[in-house]
Amino acid sequence: MKLTKTGQKRLVSNSITYGMVVLAFILVQIVDSTGHLTSSLRGQLVPICAYIVMAVSLNLTVGVLGELSLGHAGFMSLGAFSGVIVSLGLRDMVGAGPLRLLAALLVGAVIAGLFGFVVGVPALRLRGDYLAIVTLAFGEIIKNVINTIYVGIGPDGLRVSMSDQASLGLGETGTVILRGPMGAVGVDKLASFGAGIILVLITLFIVLNLVHSRSGRAIMAVRDNRIAAESVGISITRYKLTAFIISAALAGAAGALYALNYSTVVARKFDFNTSILVLVFVVLGGIGNIRGSIIAAAVLTVLPEMLRAFNDYRMLAYAIILILVMLTSNNDRLKQLRWRFIARFRRGTPQQEVDHE
Amino acid sequence: MRTTRFRILSLVLALGLFVLAGCSAGPTSTTAGTTTAKPAAAIKIGGIGPLTGGAAVYGSSVANGAKIALEEVNALGGLQFELKFEDDEHDAEKSVNAYNSLKDWGMQILCGTVTTTPGIAVSAESFKDRIFTLTPSASSTSVIEGKDNVFQMCFTDPNQGIASAQYIAENKLGSKIAIIYNNADAYSTGIYEKFISEAAGKNLQVVSTTTFTDDTANDFNVQLTAAKNAGADLIFLPIYYQPASLILTQADAMSYEPKFFGVDGMDGILTMENFNTDLAEGVMLLTPFAADATEARTVAFVAKYQAAYNEVPNQFAADGYDCIYAIYEACKKAGITADMDAAAICDKMIAAFTAADFNIDGLTGENMTWAATGEVAKAPKGMVIEDGAYVGMQGGN
Repeated sequence: MKLTKTGQKRLVSNSITYGMVVLAFILVQIVDSTGHLTSSLRGQLVPICAYIVMAVSLNLTVGVLGELSLGHAGFMSLGAFSGVIVSLGLRDMVGAGPLRLLAALLVGAVIAGLFGFVVGVPALRLRGDYLAIVTLAFGEIIKNVINTIYVGIGPDGLRVSMSDQASLGLGETGTVILRGPMGAVGVDKLASFGAGIILVLITLFIVLNLVHSRSGRAIMAVRDNRIAAESVGISITRYKLTAFIISAALAGAAGALYALNYSTVVARKFDFNTSILVLVFVVLGGIGNIRGSIIAAAVLTVLPEMLRAFNDYRMLAYAIILILVMLTSNNDRLKQLRWRFIARFRRGTPQQEVDHE
Repeated sequence: MRTTRFRILSLVLALGLFVLAGCSAGPTSTTAGTTTAKPAAAIKIGGIGPLTGGAAVYGSSVANGAKIALEEVNALGGLQFELKFEDDEHDAEKSVNAYNSLKDWGMQILCGTVTTTPGIAVSAESFKDRIFTLTPSASSTSVIEGKDNVFQMCFTDPNQGIASAQYIAENKLGSKIAIIYNNADAYSTGIYEKFISEAAGKNLQVVSTTTFTDDTANDFNVQLTAAKNAGADLIFLPIYYQPASLILTQADAMSYEPKFFGVDGMDGILTMENFNTDLAEGVMLLTPFAADATEARTVAFVAKYQAAYNEVPNQFAADGYDCIYAIYEACKKAGITADMDAAAICDKMIAAFTAADFNIDGLTGENMTWAATGEVAKAPKGMVIEDGAYVGMQGGN
């Protein structure tokens, strides 16, 4: 098979992205097997994977599609709670943990994707910032609705109530899965770092292939010039919806992975702040830059823990570091320095900066 | 030009960081004991609670109370303890992170967490790792359920609901009861559910049940009008004191004067800023701790706390204080030394806590004992607010 020059470049770029994730996995395994991995870092491995998937999927909406989404945590929440219900519902039927995890991730992705469709259909037909407004409201609505839902599992199957625990009528044998504001308790810890890395690789595979496919080029054409795209016969709504639903579904899978890492999960966790946190990962990593999202999500998740030495001023220090990163990454002088360095390294003329890798 | 300006800016910010780091190592530091390290090795107690964010008042109170107790215990000269308190922002993920970083520090006993949702996540981890856990104020039963090494210093939410219903029924405080609770809050909902089921058995007539959430906690006219129209003569408020203060103010504005009955979350209402404490006259509450009690230990604790932190301690501070004393007594009884590993300490501590002759007299209750489930047994104190102070209620048990 013959590759064109751009094709070769893309292959190298993609290999670096996949290789980076695999290398990180191998490194952690080596450090762990020699007994040097701190409990603090070990405990954060699964959330890091979940946040990477969140950041990459949001980058699909924000960077590739060019629409602002402020409710990405809402899809994470849907995936988290449907994943928890599925994993606990299957407890008696399926013994193997990995199988239940797989089922939870799949159902979480499907449910979140469905809601992505429902939210996207009206909002993506419009021009302007409507998607941002609708997703912002969506995230808050999901949070408040899940706060009032009670789900239990009895001998005759799942029972759902919107009033209180008693009205589930489970009797002695049933177990309550979701207790309204108390969230889901007694969740089995099924998630593992290996599963998280596999989910990250699958996410990368889906997103990178989509971006470099015919559909991906159509999506970016819609982003760059809507009128021009329309004039060559690209269906705007269809391509926007495709990207948004995939983004939502991946967020759902990330939510399921995240929820199954803790013995409890509450709807309040997936609020506006979490949506913004993921957006910060995307912006700091570089909008449209998938590799940047991965690095930003990993670094910014670990950073607050590294700053524990600052005690009460930890989050202040975190904010100052974010500002410094923004300043340095946008500084022209530093950019020039970087190019000069790269140019010397390659012994060629200064390269144009590649924004979308 | 730009680089110079940028260099100056980064220099200033970096300097700022160092200054902040210096401050945090000063008197506000919650890592008590590190500065007063004795030659004898100290037993490492980890604490987890919200020190920043919306729930910071609870975490800081527990940390401060525990710190006072720790200094007293270390001054006795016997067993030495070291306390490191980590922030969890009232979030399960951050709480597990804090727990893991305490594990790296070498924590042998866990005094936490302060709030319920993080408590459920962390107690699952400490159960797996076999680290003895005593939570000052995570009151849901899910925190201790199925975990033999997790114990509570506070009442469980259901117990508060049951005790409140019994108290109202036995003392015939009201015939028609209205309830206003926060249905987006685990604590409030937990108490409400048990209160309702207990009230049915006690022939208490509940005429109105209305709810609010954290997002709608700024107007209670609808809920109060519903209670008034239903002819309620007692309003049960299983909520925290901030919304309760607004309910009292708005009820007064519509000249509706039922009796109000609260639970331990109501503690703190008298010290709230910008609240007319006259409105709280006659409010009844069940709480394990009252800062103006005349008992000698409470008086000494309140004086010490006020001197150190310039505020009146609430029940969370008292819970933190009692936790350290309970751990100290149990360590003394079980013969625990600093060189034991966490799992060995855990087994001995469980045996000590559940032993029939183990009981603690603390600020939040006398003769406290623990069941194997981890629940504490102590008598709730019925208080009524008279002349801006808590007074033990007549017929209180």
